[in-house]
Amino acid sequence: MAQWIDVCSVDDLQPDSGVCALVNGQQVAIFYMPRESAVYALNNYDPFGNANVLSRGVIGDIKGQPVVASPLYKQHFNLQTGVCLEDETVKIPAYAIRIENGSVQVSITEQDYEL
Amino acid sequence: MGTKQTLVVIGNGMVGQNFLASLVANGINKNYKIVAFCEEPRAAYDRVHLSEFFSGKTADDLSLVEPGFFEQNDITVHLGDKANKIYRHSKSVVSEKGVMIHYDKLVLATGSYPFVPPVPGHDRANCLVYRTIEDLVAMQTAAKSGKVGVVVGGGLLGLEAAKALKDLGLQTHVVEFAPRLMAVQLDEAGGAMLRRKIEALGVTVHTGKNTSLITDGEQCVNKMCFADGEELETDIVLFSAGIRPRDDIARDCSLDVGPRGGIVINNQCLTSDPDIYAIGECALWNGMIYGLVAPGYAMARTVVADLAGKVASFTGADMSTKLKLMGVDVASIGDAHAKSQGALVYTYQNGASEVYKRLVVSQDKKQLLGAVLVGDVSGYGTLLQYCLNGIELPENPDALILPPRSDESVGLGPDALPMSAQICSCYDVTKGAVCKAIEAGCSTIGALKAETKASTGCGGCAPLLKSVMNSELAKHGFEVNTDICEHFAYTRQDLYNLIMVEEIRTFDVLLEKHGKGRGCEICKPAVGSILASYWNDYILKSEHLGLQDTNDTFLANMQKDGTYSIVPRITGGEISPDMLIALGQVGKKYKLYTKITGGQRVDLFGARVDQLPHIWKELIDAGFESGHAYGKSLRTVKSCVGSTWCRYGIDDSVGLAVELENRYKGLRSPHKLKFAVSGCTRECAEAQGKDVGVIATETGWNLYVCGNGGMKPRHADLFATSLDKETLIKYIDRFLSFYVRTADRLQRTAVWMENMEGGLDYLKSVIIDDKLGLCEQLEQQMQHVIDTYHCEWKTTIEDESKLKRFRHFINSDQPDDNVVFVEERGQIRPADEEERKHFKMLEVA
Repeated sequence: MAQWIDVCSVDDLQPDSGVCALVNGQQVAIFYMPRESAVYALNNYDPFGNANVLSRGVIGDIKGQPVVASPLYKQHFNLQTGVCLEDETVKIPAYAIRIENGSVQVSITEQDYEL
Repeated sequence: MGTKQTLVVIGNGMVGQNFLASLVANGINKNYKIVAFCEEPRAAYDRVHLSEFFSGKTADDLSLVEPGFFEQNDITVHLGDKANKIYRHSKSVVSEKGVMIHYDKLVLATGSYPFVPPVPGHDRANCLVYRTIEDLVAMQTAAKSGKVGVVVGGGLLGLEAAKALKDLGLQTHVVEFAPRLMAVQLDEAGGAMLRRKIEALGVTVHTGKNTSLITDGEQCVNKMCFADGEELETDIVLFSAGIRPRDDIARDCSLDVGPRGGIVINNQCLTSDPDIYAIGECALWNGMIYGLVAPGYAMARTVVADLAGKVASFTGADMSTKLKLMGVDVASIGDAHAKSQGALVYTYQNGASEVYKRLVVSQDKKQLLGAVLVGDVSGYGTLLQYCLNGIELPENPDALILPPRSDESVGLGPDALPMSAQICSCYDVTKGAVCKAIEAGCSTIGALKAETKASTGCGGCAPLLKSVMNSELAKHGFEVNTDICEHFAYTRQDLYNLIMVEEIRTFDVLLEKHGKGRGCEICKPAVGSILASYWNDYILKSEHLGLQDTNDTFLANMQKDGTYSIVPRITGGEISPDMLIALGQVGKKYKLYTKITGGQRVDLFGARVDQLPHIWKELIDAGFESGHAYGKSLRTVKSCVGSTWCRYGIDDSVGLAVELENRYKGLRSPHKLKFAVSGCTRECAEAQGKDVGVIATETGWNLYVCGNGGMKPRHADLFATSLDKETLIKYIDRFLSFYVRTADRLQRTAVWMENMEGGLDYLKSVIIDDKLGLCEQLEQQMQHVIDTYHCEWKTTIEDESKLKRFRHFINSDQPDDNVVFVEERGQIRPADEEERKHFKMLEVA
C-alpha cells in the first residue's frame, strides 16, 4: 500500500532540472518538467560512477522516453522506470511521485529498501 | 633469421628522410640494421618552405623528422658527418669523421648543390646561395648591414629566394638570363603576367641579363656588371641559377654518371652497381634530373618496394606544379610549351584582373597535354586529372579556362575519376586509397587526413578530397547526417545562425520554432553555450539553468565522487604572496586537496556542493574571481616571465597574457580555449601547443593558432608575424568570434581548422583579408562579450534564490554520506571501495 511522504514544496523544485531529497534515509533525485507538469523520482545513486549525483544530470527525452543523463559518464536512465538505455540489465529504483496542493510527495515501498 | 643485413643511406635531406620514413611505414626497417649519414648538423627539414624561416618559423618548425623517430626505429644517424668514400670491393663506406661501415645495400640520396655561374667575383663577400638553413643564417647576417639584394635566377627557387630577401627588408631585384621568369614552366605571356604581378609587389625584374663581372660597389658592397654594359649595385648577391646533382662520391667509385652529371639509375633506381641505389636530385633517370620532391619521393617508394621484394618501377614523374610565389598563384601542367606534335593551344588572358590561362590539347582536341595558369589556379585540380588520367575533354575544351558563362559546370565530378587517379601528389594517395579509407569508416576530412595522409602536404588537393569524400559517402548510403541530435535537424552552426538572425534568447523558443521533443544532454548545453556566447546572459538565469552541464550549473568541476574542485582565476599565472596565502588559508580551512595545474593556477579539490558558496564568498572577499575551469570557455593564458625579469626576454609576455586573459575571460565557446604568451622564441610558455599562442620577436608579436595538447597533440600554425599589439588583438578577436560562430560542438580549434575547406589559408583570408566581409561584425560580437563580462560566482553569491540549489538535499542539511575521504601524502583523497566498506562497518559498530 502506497504511503505518500511530503518531501518539499513545488517551489523548491528546479524547472527542467533536478534536486535531491532525503526520504526515509534514501537519496531521491526529483526531476521537474513544468511544461508537461511532470515530476519524476529516481534513486540518486549512479551505479556506473558509484556516486550520488543523478539529480545533477541534464534531463530531456530520447526517442520519446523521458531521461536523465548521468553527469559523470553520460549514461541515460528512463525517468519512469529507472532502466538504463545503454545497458538494459541495469535498472535503478524509480519511485512513485505526485504533486498534491503544491506539495511534492514520494512513496517508497518496502521493496525499494531492498534494492 | 641469422644476422641482419646492413642498409646504409647517404644523405638525410627531404628524399633521404622520406625513404627512411617509408621503410618504417612498410615495416622493412625490421629486416635491416640501418645507418644514415647526414652532412648537415641537423636532420632533414623542409626545403620547400625554406623562406618561412624569415617569416618566423624556426629550424625546429621546418624539421621533417618526428621526435624520437631514429631512436624508436633503431636507426643510427651520423649528423654533421659527411660520407666521403665508397669502397665497392669491400662494400664499405667511410665518413669524414672516420666512421667506417660495411653495407649490404647502399642508397645514395646526396641531393644537389646550387649552381654558381663561374662569373669573375662570384666568390666575393656576401655572394651567397640559398639551399640550407646555414645559408639562411648567412643571408640574415648579411642583410643586417645591407639595403639591396639581388637574386640571380628567375626560376621557381629564385623567386622563393627573392621573397626571402624581401622579407628581410631589402630592396629586391631578380636577374634572369632567359627572356622571361620561370622559363621552364611558363610560356612567354604567362611569364609576362607573372612579372607584372611580382613587380607590383616591389621587386624589380631584369630579364635577358647576362652577368659578366661582380666587383666593388660604390654605394653597396658589390656591383654587378652585365654583358649589355648595364650595372647594378647590391649588397647581397644570391645565386639561384639552378641545381647540379651531387655525384662526386659516385664518380669517385666509378659508378656510371651522365655526361652532364647525375648518377645513372634504371627503373628500379639501381645504379650500375646492383647493390647501390640512387634517389632524388642526385639521380639521373632516362637522361632527366628531377628537381622536385614528389618524383624523389616516388623514387624512394620504388626502392622500398624493391627491397621488400615487390615488383616496382619508377617510370618518370609528372612535373606539374602549383604554388604561391610571393603571393602570386602559378601553376604549370604537363607540356606547357606545346612541344608535342600537332598540339593546339587555347589562351585566355584577362588584363584587368591579371589572370592568364593556357591550355595545350592534342590534335583531335580529345586529350589535355598541358596547361599554364597565372593569377587564378582554381582549375588546377580538374585540369591535372584530365591530363594525368587521359580523360576525354569536353566538346569545347576552352570552357575549362573561360569564366563560366552560365550555370553549367565544366569541373570534373569526382565520379569521373578512375580509382587509380592520384588525388594527393605529395603523398601519392589515389582515389582508390581514399575510397578504401571511407569504407573503413573515415567520414570526415580530418579522419581521412589522419588515415591516408592525403592533403597533409601542400594541401592543394583539399577541395578535391572533400568532393570525393562526399560523393563516396553518399554512394555508400551513409547519410551525411550533420544534425546535432534528434531534437534539432540542424548543425551547431545552423543553430547559431538561427539564434542570431531571429534574435532568439531562450532554448524553449528555439525548440518551439525549430525543434521537437524536450531536448537532451547534447542540444541543451550546446544551445546554452551559443546563447551565452551571443547574448552573454548569466548562465544560471532560471530559463538557462536546465541547459547547463553539471559543471556549469554548480560553477565548479565535478569529480568522481560527486564533490567539486575549484579553480580561481590567476591571470597569466601571476599571483602576489598575499593572494597565494589567502588561497592557502581557504584550502586549509575547508581541508581541500590542493594541486598546481598545468595552466599556472591552483586547483582545490574535495569541496561538497553545500560548501561551494561559502568557499567562494571567502575567495571573492580576498579578491579572486571565477576561473571558468568548469566551462567550455577560455581557461588560462599561460606565460613565461618575459622581458621584465628574464635576461633573454624580448617583450613583456606576462603583461600581454594578463591583458588577453582579462579580455577574453568568460567567453563561452564550442570547446575549451587555452592560450599562452612567450617572451622570446625559446618559447618557455609552450605557446605553439595552444589554441592561441603568441611569441615575442624583435619585430613584434608572432601569432600562432589551432594547436593543442591532449589526446591528439597538434602544433599550432603560424598565422601572422611581426604584429603590433593592436593588430594582434584584432586578429584574436576575429579568430575567436569566427570559431564560436562556425565550429561544431566540442570541436577544438585544431579540428575545426583541419575540417575547414581551404584550411589555414582560408582562415587567413577571412581573418586578415576580410574575404567574407565579416570582420567588423566579428569584432563587435567580441566587444559585446567583453562589455558584459561579470564574475559568475560574484553574481551567484549575491542572489539568495540561486543559493538554494547549493545543498545536497533540498529538505535536509545533512551532507552526502557517500563522500568519504582518507589521507594520502598529507592531504585528502576520495576513499576507494574497500576503504568505504571499512568506514561503513565502523559506523555500524
